[in-house]
Amino acid sequence: MSKTLFDKVWDSHVVQQIEDGPDVLFIDRHLVHEVTSPVAFLGLKNRGVKVMSPKRTFATADHNTPTINQHLPVADPLSANQLKALEENAKAHGISYWGLGHEKNGIVHVVGPEYGITQPGATIVCGDSHTSTHGAFGAIAFGIGTSEVEMVLSTQCIMQPKPKTMRINVNGSLSKWVTPKDVALFIISQLSTSGATGYFVEYAGEVFRSLSMEGRMTVCNLSIEMGARGGIIAPDEKTFEYIKDREFTPKGAAWDKAMNYWSTLSTDEDATFDKEYTFDGSAIEPMITYGTNPGMGMRISGGIPTAESLDGGVATYKKSLDYMGYKEGDSMIGKKIDFVFLGSCTNGRIEDFRAFTEIVEGKKKADHVTAWLVPGSHKVLNAIKEEGLLDTLQAAGFELREPGCSACLAMNDDKIPAGKYAVSTSNRNFEGRQGPGSRTLLASPTVAAAAAVMGVVTDPRSLV
Amino acid sequence: MAYDKFNILKSSAVPLPIENIDTDQIIPARFLKATERVGFGDNLFRDWRYNQDNSLKSDFPLNDNRFSGKILVGGKNFGSGSSREHAAWAVYDYGFRCVVSSFFADIFRNNCLNIGVLPVQTSAEFLQKIFDVIESDSDTQLIIDLPKQTITIDSTGAFENFEINSYKKENMLNGFDDIDYLMNIKDQIGEFAKNTPL
Repeated sequence: MSKTLFDKVWDSHVVQQIEDGPDVLFIDRHLVHEVTSPVAFLGLKNRGVKVMSPKRTFATADHNTPTINQHLPVADPLSANQLKALEENAKAHGISYWGLGHEKNGIVHVVGPEYGITQPGATIVCGDSHTSTHGAFGAIAFGIGTSEVEMVLSTQCIMQPKPKTMRINVNGSLSKWVTPKDVALFIISQLSTSGATGYFVEYAGEVFRSLSMEGRMTVCNLSIEMGARGGIIAPDEKTFEYIKDREFTPKGAAWDKAMNYWSTLSTDEDATFDKEYTFDGSAIEPMITYGTNPGMGMRISGGIPTAESLDGGVATYKKSLDYMGYKEGDSMIGKKIDFVFLGSCTNGRIEDFRAFTEIVEGKKKADHVTAWLVPGSHKVLNAIKEEGLLDTLQAAGFELREPGCSACLAMNDDKIPAGKYAVSTSNRNFEGRQGPGSRTLLASPTVAAAAAVMGVVTDPRSLV
Repeated sequence: MAYDKFNILKSSAVPLPIENIDTDQIIPARFLKATERVGFGDNLFRDWRYNQDNSLKSDFPLNDNRFSGKILVGGKNFGSGSSREHAAWAVYDYGFRCVVSSFFADIFRNNCLNIGVLPVQTSAEFLQKIFDVIESDSDTQLIIDLPKQTITIDSTGAFENFEINSYKKENMLNGFDDIDYLMNIKDQIGEFAKNTPL
């Protein structure tokens, strides 16, 4: 029987099927961070259980870590306590732990691929919804809650109803200055934040084929923002080239054996999906959000839609625009902004820093803009320095911070103040997401860079 | 951790007729720093419940003393966003045992089921009916009958069936959790692990 890529990977990991219930799914890789794991480890302790497969489990600290002075003790006692708990739990269970200051430390979804933990055809979970990122490699990767973290720690399995399948095709090619982030924000604006709930999405078509692995990660990362459990892209030469010779990828004969499996990982030609969408890549423009969920995105040169032109609740829509201080029909171009955040598991990779630098090169940061540039990992930070990007950024008035999730969810001190506007390359523009009362405009690194130098929302195409 | 058994729940409800309520609203990230599962109810809907000076916002339904009960009724697409189970914990810790909406985000739904909070999905029409009837009489009782899989508005007798798979239903009725199940098949899992390619 013909199968989708998703079905192939899922079915080969089912330990047991429960009638009128979930599947028992075997998990190949479990990524752990400080915020969603302590209660799970406590559960293990209460049951007197050890982690079943420490070698399949990887811990890093990222969510509540400071992004300056990481060499000093963490000042916030609650954050320090959570970090200490992760370190102790990792040690007690023999799990590799890349804590603050470790050379491999970084955002969990950035370091997983960097060190080859992320592999095609694997099942990967983490107590974080943006685990969908790893689908870029042809893995089934999705976020889980803490009870499920406890299940995986104790039994290496999770109980999940099998999601339905959706394919999103984007054909043609992208215009210059249109980035993977724009593609994702465009798709979410078409499907809404719940349009893919209940589905696992395969991204197909020339546009995704042509993207770099970093770009594919950005797209898969944002799958959850339209409600999907995850996104997946069939592995190809680019994928194998990326993962080859990384620390945790198989070597020698083991590589050949893995390649035998990986070469089967594509959707059969006559396989069918429960739902399918097709878009034209050449019609996608640079995007920006204007409201309080990621589905409220528009092309940057357009106007904010009117409530009547949209499906759904007018009251909720107006509440959202009130929060943002915007009006229906407003143009986004020229809106004053206060902060720029470049970073997160969505856009904190080297390619994102290259794109940002390309725009700001030879220009100056606007005086009134505070810019936080936060690499996704130490590896990204080092590459920024080695490639000479740091010099260019500094000449334009920008500074780099140290790796972590930072202002994406503002668990640490990197909070956007109430009422202020931030153009952010992260993934969520929910009310108060970046700090109580903060207002977030989601955009690509390119759009963020244009805003950083102009001080207002700017179409990057007008700068080049 | 096994949880409370759920059978039939009759209670008044707190209405939250807002769509796309995300888990950052249910519990903001800055309250996720605990290492134990205690006290999350205090910060349920923190930024909608409290002003910045920590005074209560009187117009928010949780602060409106007309409304109380063990059932929270939210607009469609409830619980989108972050996977934080803390959102479900906050709902539970505040005292809710059931959340009603016309549509739930996947991870939030799973998290609720895993801690013994029953997510009840109704049609959009029935949800509106519930909001309307609570608006006119805040003491309106809802009856959630898990064995029969029905939700009923007590005063009018209007009811609707809801879906739950029979495995999860058994768990909810008996207060079992998934880890108990998985621990019992650990040998089978161990055998399976030997033959995985990665």
